[in-house]
Amino acid sequence: MSVTEAPKIITARASFDDSHTMERFLATGGNDGLKKALAMTPAAVQAEVDTASLLGRGGAGFPAGRKWSMLRKADVSYLVINGDESEPATFKDHLLVERDAHQLVEGVTIAAYALQVNQAFIFLRGEFALGLERVQEAINDAYKAGALGANIFNSGFSLDIVVHPGAGAYICGEETALLEALEGKRGYPRIKPPFFPAAIGLYGEPTVVNNVETMSNLPWIMLNGGAAFAALGAGRSTGTRLFALSGHVRNPGVYELEMVKHTFRDLIFSAELGGGVPNGDVKAIIPGGVSAPWFYPEQLDVPLGQDEVAEQGSMLGSGSIVVMDTTTCMVRAAWRITKFFSRESCGQCTPCREGSGWLERVLWRLENGQGRIEDVDLLLDLCDNIAPGLSWPPQQTTICVLGPSIPSSIHSAISRFRDEFLAHITQGACPYA
Amino acid sequence: MSYFTESRQARAEQLIAVYPEARSALIPLCHLVQEQDGYLSEDGMVEVAKLCGITPAEVRGTASFYDMLHTEPVGKYLVGVCTNIACLLAGGLELLEHAEGSLGIRAGATTQDGLFTLEETECLADCDIAPCVQVNHRYVRTTTPEAFDGLVAELREGGRASEIPSHGTLVRTRRDLALAVNPDDIAKERAEHRAATENAS
Amino acid sequence: MPEPTSEAVTFTLDGREITANKGEAIIAAAERAGTYIPRFCYHPRMAASGNCRMCLVEVDGPRGSTLMPSCFVAAGEGMSVVTNSEKVKKAQDGVLEFLLANHPLDCPVCDKGGECPLQDQTLLHGPGETRFVEEKRHFEKPIALSELVLLDRERCIQCARCTRFADEIAGEPLIDFAGRGDRVEVSTFPGEPFSSYFAGNTVQICPVGALTATPYRFAARPWDLDQVESTCTGCATGCRVAVQSSQGRITRLLGVDVDTVNHGWLCDKGRFAFDGLSIDEEGLSLADPRRRITEPMVRKNNELVTVSWSEAIKTAAGLLRSVDAHAVGAIGGANLTNEGAFAWATLLKGIVGTDSVDAQLGDGLDASIILGLPRATINEAADACTLIVLAGDLREELPVLFLRLRAGAAAKQTSIIDLTNGSSCFDKVSALRLPLRPGDAPTMAAALLGSDDATAALLRHPEGGTFDATDMDRARHLIGSDGTGVVVVVGRPSLAEDAAFVEDAALALHQALPKATFLPAIRRGNLHGALDMGMAPGIAAGRVTLTSASPSLKALWTKIPSTSGRSTLEQLRAMDHGEQRVTVVIGADISHDVPDGALVDRALQAKSSLIAVTGNGSSVVAAAQVVLPTPISHERGGTTTNLEGRVSRLGQKVVAPGDAWEDWMLVTELAHELGVDLPFGCLDDVTNAIAALAPSHSGLTTSLLASSLASDGIIVPLGTEILGQRKAADPMAIPGLASADQIGLGSFTGSISSETPLASEQGKTSVSFAAIELPQRNPIAVPAPDSYALRLISRHKLYDLGTATSASPALSSLAASAVAKVNAYDLDRIGATSGNQVRLRSTKGAMVIAVEADGGVARGTIAIDFNVRQGDETTNAVLALLDSSERVIDVRMESLS
Ligand SMILES: Cc1cc2nc3c(=O)[nH]c(=O)nc-3n(C[C@H](O)[C@H](O)[C@H](O)COP(=O)(O)O)c2cc1C
Ligand code: SF4
Ligand code: FES
Repeated sequence: MSVTEAPKIITARASFDDSHTMERFLATGGNDGLKKALAMTPAAVQAEVDTASLLGRGGAGFPAGRKWSMLRKADVSYLVINGDESEPATFKDHLLVERDAHQLVEGVTIAAYALQVNQAFIFLRGEFALGLERVQEAINDAYKAGALGANIFNSGFSLDIVVHPGAGAYICGEETALLEALEGKRGYPRIKPPFFPAAIGLYGEPTVVNNVETMSNLPWIMLNGGAAFAALGAGRSTGTRLFALSGHVRNPGVYELEMVKHTFRDLIFSAELGGGVPNGDVKAIIPGGVSAPWFYPEQLDVPLGQDEVAEQGSMLGSGSIVVMDTTTCMVRAAWRITKFFSRESCGQCTPCREGSGWLERVLWRLENGQGRIEDVDLLLDLCDNIAPGLSWPPQQTTICVLGPSIPSSIHSAISRFRDEFLAHITQGACPYA
Repeated sequence: MSYFTESRQARAEQLIAVYPEARSALIPLCHLVQEQDGYLSEDGMVEVAKLCGITPAEVRGTASFYDMLHTEPVGKYLVGVCTNIACLLAGGLELLEHAEGSLGIRAGATTQDGLFTLEETECLADCDIAPCVQVNHRYVRTTTPEAFDGLVAELREGGRASEIPSHGTLVRTRRDLALAVNPDDIAKERAEHRAATENAS
Repeated sequence: MPEPTSEAVTFTLDGREITANKGEAIIAAAERAGTYIPRFCYHPRMAASGNCRMCLVEVDGPRGSTLMPSCFVAAGEGMSVVTNSEKVKKAQDGVLEFLLANHPLDCPVCDKGGECPLQDQTLLHGPGETRFVEEKRHFEKPIALSELVLLDRERCIQCARCTRFADEIAGEPLIDFAGRGDRVEVSTFPGEPFSSYFAGNTVQICPVGALTATPYRFAARPWDLDQVESTCTGCATGCRVAVQSSQGRITRLLGVDVDTVNHGWLCDKGRFAFDGLSIDEEGLSLADPRRRITEPMVRKNNELVTVSWSEAIKTAAGLLRSVDAHAVGAIGGANLTNEGAFAWATLLKGIVGTDSVDAQLGDGLDASIILGLPRATINEAADACTLIVLAGDLREELPVLFLRLRAGAAAKQTSIIDLTNGSSCFDKVSALRLPLRPGDAPTMAAALLGSDDATAALLRHPEGGTFDATDMDRARHLIGSDGTGVVVVVGRPSLAEDAAFVEDAALALHQALPKATFLPAIRRGNLHGALDMGMAPGIAAGRVTLTSASPSLKALWTKIPSTSGRSTLEQLRAMDHGEQRVTVVIGADISHDVPDGALVDRALQAKSSLIAVTGNGSSVVAAAQVVLPTPISHERGGTTTNLEGRVSRLGQKVVAPGDAWEDWMLVTELAHELGVDLPFGCLDDVTNAIAALAPSHSGLTTSLLASSLASDGIIVPLGTEILGQRKAADPMAIPGLASADQIGLGSFTGSISSETPLASEQGKTSVSFAAIELPQRNPIAVPAPDSYALRLISRHKLYDLGTATSASPALSSLAASAVAKVNAYDLDRIGATSGNQVRLRSTKGAMVIAVEADGGVARGTIAIDFNVRQGDETTNAVLALLDSSERVIDVRMESLS
């Protein structure tokens, strides 16, 4: 159960106390990847990223290279970085923007060059006050160093980056809602099709939206080559990934691990990583953000890879892993997650808007001992009305996938711990209270 | 008389200028209003509407979508306690209850002296130091009831002023006014690039 | 809305092969094929928002069959769509149950109860018992969004129809959603109500009872309503309406979706003004527009006393006989039906023998120009490549026409060249703005047509040009060389300048741009019908000159006017000079509407004998010798004609109070008294006489009008328009027409779907018809500007002191107030600021008024609205400055503070 010898790709600099400064950045290879990229043709940079098989780190795991190749050719196009990071228990981008904003700016510049986009926006959730300052500082520094702005490093390529603060709405992580927010509107996800903003995005122009972590990989890929990146991990899951571990573990935190080479068990129990579950055993884990169906102890040995997790009926999503030990009340956990969705539903789609609130209230009653026997099946049937069939990946009755994410925790909790729900009802109280 | 102070007026104009369309500056401008008034005042919204070229109803409608924009006054310190799943497992709800008790208000309310507004928040993306607490959107990393009370006492005394500005001030690092790239240069550059790729193919 | 193109695609719908237009939404294609897909947020006249999720259907795609919103997804070639599977039903039932979860159970007290799609769907397929045992969402009871619209937030289902309407259709986003998730509510900004002229439409399209209109709240239950389809005569747009009544009183008007005219929309004046019909007249003076005139009256001992109809007719006939025909004149008639107008024109021109008949009140354009210019339809104007706006503010004058024209410009399909001086309804959507100073229209026309001298002349104005020379280049480019794709909206940009300026400009544009067409923006109700029927000097029924009137028409006549007639302004002068001694005033409020107050006062004092024909009180009634009461608006049948020349039927819904007679009837009696028996035994006789005798209306018989081909009205002359059958209407597009047993495709209304040229349908070829010839005239010159004076502009407002607004309890308080708007530069020059009082002086008179800086008003000009209140005064204050004998009005402004 030892950690692989894989290099630290995006957190290498973060171990320094002054990792956020330009001095440290330059002293540790800062802008070398960018310079290398600028010496190549944009197409060659894209090819390198394709070779790397860099999967998007925002949740959906779509290959960045493929996404870039879909960008419609037009006079104006945009690159937008998704730093909304609001998926519960996800806190990896938080680390990247606070601890190494220069790396992010360098990555964005590389991507913009590859895409020949001259205007990029970094959308950060508004609650990242420090992160917003750090990224702006990094941009100011980069301008001064000639790494940003007009004619970057005399390459003839120009780029401006605007940092755009969000204002508190989880749904703005959904890329089309993010674009609406960036246009100064209510964060309503756009109706699909088109399924990607690559055709019609910001201001109706072709747009690539990528996650902060996805971008932060680019300097290393440029310096070391796409093949070196692809050599790490296995299958479609290449390189390393940040795993945000939280909940009932001894050492919660963000860990950069080579993909697929480790299992959930490794991450949770190995001494260098999670350090184990202090107060008992694992009861359930949320493998990739609260939108993901839960795993149970028998899945602890599933490798941390995108397809490996998908095969088990869930998703690696944003790479956040929540451990719930045997003292955890599953009704309470499902209730709190559902409450989150109810508060964060944008309100457009009837099933999501009304369903989330209804489900939350039923769960609250159950948790407080006022449940009725029929409530358990009611919960499942309402879930089924939001995501018909309750399968994974879910079927959808809504505009965006927030809606069909609501049933994940409820379905997971009931299908495995139905007796716990019934106990709440028969005892008229939460057995864990 | 203009609504913004002179220096903020300049920043407001700069904010409008960095976007291809004025309305994009709506959220940043609302933050700027909050910086000036401590919350999103009606006068501020009217000004934002004017700057963005939309109606005040649209500004309010848009702003009200977002949790960080407060159309009612809030305290000097906006204290957010996360109770979402990771924090829940670490006692977030209990910490929130404690906070309610020690501040003497329910979540959502403001203390009589106007110093503190308490909020129950969704995940703040700092789940390894749980339960997560933010004051004016700065992570304060006080996870125990005792630490929380200590922090409140400190803030009451006017402590941590440099780290935690009063509510509304979100970002203190300014975009350098000279940063933007000349659009004409970009047009030229694009033409050159197009010519180059066409030659190549 | 993705405009369906004519390209067809074929797809499978529940196993059947269906064709659709490429780009057409599945829901619309299915509906045409007779399959109704339930929906809430979809509205065929607005872009799909796809958020209620009620219209989900199964669509097969690369990843198997998935649930997709049929309102948003376009039918594609070879697509397979299933609307009736278990999966679809479960999803739709789920949506319904979710919608009901928080919906209050107040149907018995809800205005919408009985015609509510949510209620209907629930009764048909909804869950029998609610599984929702939690407490429902609660809101404080109705809040006012505006003076006319109330919101019950509990009932709102967040379909966004109202907010989308305000933004997308009206262009006035004064309401928006606030909040997020299930806390979303429709709201206005504090202190800024939803005072849009179009707010009433949101009430009509709200699928539940969340939005209600103050005039209708609790007024009736849908099942008590009786309805008839009609045409709104509030202005010359001619919107199609459903008029509903309960117990003999009109309770509500709803817009009917007609593809060629109003797309289902109405303005609030048209929608709500009906409440003035039955106003209580206790104690109101005869001069008060709110006073209904219900009995015939004759002046005896200097007092109007109620008499029998026969006495009134005898007295009126006696007056008409008492003087030479040349000394008789008639003013007004724009609010008549076509039948009424035809009858009056026949009587006055052919029996009395006077040509001094004018339906316009000095506020329009020469009839031969209106009738002679090649006319555009509303659809042509809405689809034009380039639209030149040489008119007043259309939102104020012809509100729904404005909506139709705005849509094309907002979608960037039409480039508007807006010549309006002062704020314009097209400000946010026009391609170019070239503000016109009073008197400059002919020069502007010359400049647009390529004259650099004219451009230079406009730019050389002492206060500077109102545009950049480059804008003129762009305008010329948009107009092109022969006017193909160009439509000119021509009306009165200002009532404070001689109409000849605009007329000259229009003639010049027509001459140079033979392919351009014109849409006359002259606003009053059935003005165009009145002109068609000959109610203008020199004109006879059928859009012909008096001299070329059809022989069969003349066969009805016993006299032919021997001298050419006087316009309204000329008649007023003739009254003042004693030359016109008997004047019939037909439904016109001349002391408010004629842009020369002093002249009207003198004419009324001159004691020419007045015969007032009207349904409402006015100063004319108060001064009349004889008063003949007639029904108004929804109290009569017949036909009416809109500004594009579309003749459509009026539906009579209620009877006029008292003893009013329809105009054709009282004219027949008057003629009889004058010794002529007109062959009119009933209303249909008159309609058929028009079809037989008026060349432009040839073939427009009552049977054609009653056929389904004419349900949306027909443009005359016949044969020029493609007509078709109406499709059955979706009650969700026009709620209020459905009931629980009418879910699905209703039978009421809808737009044209199949295209059938009328002529072939009727087995006729189009009649040969020569339009009136345009006058040849010498252009008039504009007086040189005086650098100490401001040139006055005066334009109409929608809510003014006119009868429709004044008589309506719902609207009268909304009448606009007068302020003088000037450019800040001119304000600075006299050391005044916005809000100050100024004294204005013209050669005619003076007034004191508050000023306001307005960047839209060109330097050297000043704008004061026409016929609006000033403080508590309900007189048309700007009249003090106007003088119809001057070509332009120059005023001097002096600060009083
Ligand atoms: C409800 C919802 C929330 C999301 N939140 C985030 C987020 O906070 N950060 C993020 O990068 N992507 C988020 N995503 C995914 C984005 O839509 C998008 O796929 C991603 O930003 C693309 O970047 P990538 O390809 O680099 O992963 C979210 C998606 C949904 C449906
Ligand atoms: S699924 Fe929910 S969050 Fe997504 S668009 Fe619909 S209502 Fe909004
Ligand atoms: S989602 Fe199609 S009608 Fe509402």
